[in-house]
Amino acid sequence: MTTVSMTVNGKEVSADVEDRTLLVDYIRENLKLTGTHVGCDTSQCGACVVHVDGKAVKACTMLAAQAAGSEVVTIEGLANGGDLHPVQAAFHEHHGLQCGFCTPGMIMTAVDMIERAKASGQKLDEATIRSELEGNICRCTGYHNIVRAIEAAAG
Amino acid sequence: MYETKYHRASSADEAVKLAGSADDGQFIAGGQTLIPTMKQRLASPSDLVDIRNIDAMKGVNVDGNKVTIGAATTHAEVADAPQLRAVCQGISDLAGHIGDPAVRHMGTIGGSVANNDPAADYPAALLALGAEIITNNRTISADDFFTGMFETALEDGELITSISFTVPDKSAYSKFPNPASRYAMAGVFVAKGGDGVRVAVTGAGSDGVFRHAGMEEALGSNWSADAVADADVDEAMMLSDIHGNAAYRANLVRVMAKRAVAAAG
Repeated sequence: MTTVSMTVNGKEVSADVEDRTLLVDYIRENLKLTGTHVGCDTSQCGACVVHVDGKAVKACTMLAAQAAGSEVVTIEGLANGGDLHPVQAAFHEHHGLQCGFCTPGMIMTAVDMIERAKASGQKLDEATIRSELEGNICRCTGYHNIVRAIEAAAG
Repeated sequence: MYETKYHRASSADEAVKLAGSADDGQFIAGGQTLIPTMKQRLASPSDLVDIRNIDAMKGVNVDGNKVTIGAATTHAEVADAPQLRAVCQGISDLAGHIGDPAVRHMGTIGGSVANNDPAADYPAALLALGAEIITNNRTISADDFFTGMFETALEDGELITSISFTVPDKSAYSKFPNPASRYAMAGVFVAKGGDGVRVAVTGAGSDGVFRHAGMEEALGSNWSADAVADADVDEAMMLSDIHGNAAYRANLVRVMAKRAVAAAG
């Protein structure tokens, strides 16, 4: 067991975990933040996407120990109190979900995508959004409204 | 995943020492292949030595006509480096199409090269660019480095610290991704430089990445997509599986080569 400490959603956290503990298990089991989902557990589906030091990563394919000392943001860290993050609001407005299982990962990927596009001055058109969503799978195949929501949030 | 012990190294020397003193030590960079492999219990290192935080092994440097990329540089960082795109668009485009955005934020060039997956993209670029792979104790040419499927010239405990190559006059990469896995079913990197034309193929060969002498010769005298349209691709050398048989892959190699030459201009 090793003490792994990091900042999650702005709060310093620490837990004694085995070195083989995945970041997603640390988040769900130790911190009880269950918004981050485990879908495939094989790096394909993106339900577990969180931000580590400002970058979207698959929390099922990273050890908690690798994230020690990092700043992590999960889906629970996006809203400001009762005010939804603009991307969350856009998913709500455009009904960018069906069963909702993939939604946390979709939103974390979308936030990262929009921030990178803004930083590089790139316009997020439909083709780019669909290509950027390559690592996020919606098994309800609700992609159409997800893309609409991201287009709306990107402005 | 079996139990393992995690270590974080702050220098290449420390990483080599840590791995060397373990029963069965393994370097981990982005872990985008290693962690899934460990979850399947196909790998069970006693110790993991994390090299992702070694600053001296990160970054893209272009100095005149020489490019050096730190082994712990992520695919996203390679794809987004404007100084690299300005001199070698082929490798920038290649890096920007590995896996998906989240994988590109973690996966590293050194990890990809050390693993030498037969469908990985970077080995084709390094072989076509005539790159050098620099380790903690020597420099290995790409021609000598990739020795077969998942096999390289690396010794036990040897750590790749950087990759370097000379800027080509022209380069491009074209791949046909498997529609489900998105791994290359055939990927062809073409490069034209001071040492002539080099063509490297990934994804299709049954023994991993390889150079295609016939296409290199044809393009050496006639740099055009037509020059490789009828290239002889040996079906006996091709992978054959449920995703595509050898004849299909041989044809893909020709088509990807044509597209790469056309894209290089």
